[in-house]
Amino acid sequence: MVNLRAVNCEQVWREISNYLEGDMDAGLRAAIDEHFRTCQRCASVLAGTRNVIRLYSDERMLEAPAGFGPRLEKRLAQGARAQRKWSTWAAWLVPVAALALIAVVLQWGRLEEGAHRLLSPHAQPGDNIPADLQVVVSEDSKVFHVAGCGLIQGKTNLRSMTAKQARDAGYVPCVKCMRKYLQRASLEPDANVDLDLAEEEPSSRR
Amino acid sequence: MAERKVVLNNPESAASTREQALIEQVQRGQNDLFYELVRPYERRVYAAALAILRNESDAEDVAQEAMLKALANIRQFRAEARFSTWLIQITVNEALMRRRRERTAMMQAIDDRRDDEGEYTPRDFADWREIPSEALERKEVRQKLAEALASLDQKYREVFVMRDMEQLNIQETAEALGISVASVKTRLLRARLMLRDLLAGGWEQGWFSRLPFEKGTKPW
Repeated sequence: MVNLRAVNCEQVWREISNYLEGDMDAGLRAAIDEHFRTCQRCASVLAGTRNVIRLYSDERMLEAPAGFGPRLEKRLAQGARAQRKWSTWAAWLVPVAALALIAVVLQWGRLEEGAHRLLSPHAQPGDNIPADLQVVVSEDSKVFHVAGCGLIQGKTNLRSMTAKQARDAGYVPCVKCMRKYLQRASLEPDANVDLDLAEEEPSSRR
Repeated sequence: MAERKVVLNNPESAASTREQALIEQVQRGQNDLFYELVRPYERRVYAAALAILRNESDAEDVAQEAMLKALANIRQFRAEARFSTWLIQITVNEALMRRRRERTAMMQAIDDRRDDEGEYTPRDFADWREIPSEALERKEVRQKLAEALASLDQKYREVFVMRDMEQLNIQETAEALGISVASVKTRLLRARLMLRDLLAGGWEQGWFSRLPFEKGTKPW
């Protein structure tokens, strides 16, 4: 036998919306059902509330002003056209912008790279120097040379490495002995420099 | 004997399949089909905007803006939600933003002070008879119902429209309006009871006088 808890009218009114939503436990629901059987006032509240929900949920209660549909259709058509135009532009703009961005980043990277690696503001990067050309550097100098360059005479702690290694380590090419690889040479050829050596191919120097 | 496959002709299912197909076409870029997709919901969208803005011109403008926003974001729609619910939520967001822009902070504060505390006591306990849905064929009846709804405080009207007219569930209503589930339930109860009393008063004024009620009874 189910033991029904008693509910009064105020409790029923408080719960009537949840009752209609089916949002309550079985015990409370049974108690309210029992109350409705004996209380005409609450049965009236229930029926009226149910009536309100039924009437307002009817599609016919959703009225829009005259001409609303055609005006909406027109506005959407304009929106669709604008969006299509933008999509066409976007289809071009996105890859173009991406390429431009990549180019800018690469250029910036190169500038950054140059700025950091070139230890002298007057130096030239020497991009045309063969990477595997054997060069000589000195611990106390920022410049790398071909062996035999007049400007390396008298330097101490000489080390031999490839041009790429020298450039990666921050050395810049000698404007005399590397003249042929540079865009511009700041000095005229010097009789003291053995230019033949500078122009030798790397393989012949090994 | 060959087994015969029975195909049920379910109009609701057919409409849903058609809607899904339209959604996919629009998502693939056939924007011209968008109006066909939203046409079944245009009145609901307008009603949602009107419930929040209370101004027909603003409601129409916001309804159009919301539809345009839905078109722009159609690729983000996922089939886990009902399309109509998604549209209504976009509309409610647009309407709430419009209202925030147009209201002064003072007006907002005054409205927010009116809280949900205190119980609402029904006033009318007359015998009830169901109002036949044919009553809604009469413009006069629809007009009276709309007026009763419009007379509710903003916070009650919004919740009632979302839950009982737009058919969002309690959780969806709470999310759309940015309030708690408990607030939705409290406001919904009040809105329903207040409308019931308002319409009972309407009975006294003869709104439903031509309906076939038994002598001596009221709709509620």
